[in-house]
Amino acid sequence: MGSILEIRELSIVFSTVIGNVYAVNKSSFNLNNNETLALVGETGCGKSVIANSIMRLLPQNAKVSGKIMYKGQDILKMSEKEIEKIRQQEISIVFQNPSMSLNPLQKIGDQISEPLLIHKKMNKKDAFNKSIDLLRTMGFQNPSKTAKMYPHQLSGGMNQRVLLAISMTLNPSIIIADEPTKGLDNILITDMIEEFKTLKRANESSLLIITHDLSVARELSDRIAIMYSGDILEISETESFFNNPLHPYSKILLDSLPERGFNPPKGTSPSMVNIPKGCKFHPRCPYVKKECTEKVPSITSHNGRQVRCYLFL
Amino acid sequence: MTHHIEELKKFTINKINLSLIGIFIFSVFLFVAISADIISPYGPWERFEPYSSPSSDHLLGTNDMGNDILSELFHGTRVSLIVGFGASIIATAIGILIGLSSGYYRGLVDEILMAITDISLMIPRIPLIIILAALLRPSFVIIMLLIGLLWWPNIARVVRSLTLQIRDSPFILSSKSLGFRDRHIIFSDIIPNIIYIIIPKFMLTIASAMISEASISFLGLGDPTMKSWGMMLNFAFMKGALINEMWWWYLPPGLCIVGVVFSLMIIGFALEEKDNTEEVDE
Repeated sequence: MGSILEIRELSIVFSTVIGNVYAVNKSSFNLNNNETLALVGETGCGKSVIANSIMRLLPQNAKVSGKIMYKGQDILKMSEKEIEKIRQQEISIVFQNPSMSLNPLQKIGDQISEPLLIHKKMNKKDAFNKSIDLLRTMGFQNPSKTAKMYPHQLSGGMNQRVLLAISMTLNPSIIIADEPTKGLDNILITDMIEEFKTLKRANESSLLIITHDLSVARELSDRIAIMYSGDILEISETESFFNNPLHPYSKILLDSLPERGFNPPKGTSPSMVNIPKGCKFHPRCPYVKKECTEKVPSITSHNGRQVRCYLFL
Repeated sequence: MTHHIEELKKFTINKINLSLIGIFIFSVFLFVAISADIISPYGPWERFEPYSSPSSDHLLGTNDMGNDILSELFHGTRVSLIVGFGASIIATAIGILIGLSSGYYRGLVDEILMAITDISLMIPRIPLIIILAALLRPSFVIIMLLIGLLWWPNIARVVRSLTLQIRDSPFILSSKSLGFRDRHIIFSDIIPNIIYIIIPKFMLTIASAMISEASISFLGLGDPTMKSWGMMLNFAFMKGALINEMWWWYLPPGLCIVGVVFSLMIIGFALEEKDNTEEVDE
């Protein structure tokens, strides 16, 4: 299995009035062909920042270093023209806030056909028919009617499915979903998981799912990457992760699930401005040692899994 | 749900009816402006007995020069509409261009364009027009250009602030993620979302331009070879129509200005309403 997206030593710093915000620190991971990778972490740990950096959609005050290799090309070194060709045609993204991510004044069908008209130079009628097909794939009962509606006439869950349909228009090799289940109730989350499975079957693309919902990650992903305060702490196969989490944070995270006793981790994530010295998790870690407070552990391989902790060095 | 749609449909139809009233009033003015030469009972410069009251010969009486006021009014429609529309089109075009570029691109572009806008806002507009109109040959084309070139800063400000607000919406980010160019995003995402403010602004600018033209004419700096509503009001005030209660002289041009502005506003609002409820059902 070759990897389609390689992220090497990616660091992202935002310069703001309160100082530099270290959102992502030297993170590396691969996304393999036809694979679903879940990037899991608490709110504000830098997951969405990584997603936006892959699409080069970060605001101007972000300083990005490292490499994001897509099919042998570094996305970070591309010109604006080159990245425009990558966006949507090669990599597409589904944002959180589905209802806000659609133009309120354009009909659903037109919004789905837009990429086809612009990138594929399709004629209007064909594009509209294709968008109706896509809506049908996403489980709309009466797609030709939905295509003529406006986003405010649909529910959040329906808009989410519309966004998924848009992301599929040009058969991209990678689809990034940023918090796809945020703001949806449980029944809709179950539907959403089904829709992602449909999408994968239909498209044969790699999926990068960004979520804080471990059950969604478990249902959908082949591999899972745990992020904490801008660092990737553990990357492993989803099943082995849930059976035997290695990093102390992973263990605590899994213990916080309702079916495992609902023990949320104590304390809060550290501020991204004044980062603690050494391992960022040490103030909350039950296994803290002296070296943890002094130096950041490097990420190492352990039985084919990657983990960043002194316990496994 | 169906009940709700029924209600929405009724609501839409009412709004369209309202806009039909606006379109009707406006098309009457447009018709008068185009066919002023045919429907006027007399030529606007033809002289009869001055200061006569309304009669069957002169439906709105005559003015100080003995011109038939109704014929003056018909011919004035043409000039007033051209000045109002022309100036407003110029002002709105400049305002949109500057507001959009500065709101969308931000940074240095924004700083420079907004500095220019702020300086332009500080210019006392009527006095400047007076000076320029006095220096240049008085003509309604020049007045139209001057009003257009001085009335854009307000529109630019409004367009900029709306653009700033819209460009940070998630759907613009998702448009960018679809690989669309800036130009496409501006035309298909930003402009449709701010047009509902631009249309009423455009209408108000027409009104403002017509009134400014009247003010300039009032001060005697208008185009003496052209009869506009402003010029008519100017003469009515100067020749004491108000004191002598000659309402048939000063009221019609005033009502005409109100009528045009009113009809344009209704059209503007109804358009906005229609945009939002269009094609609810198949």
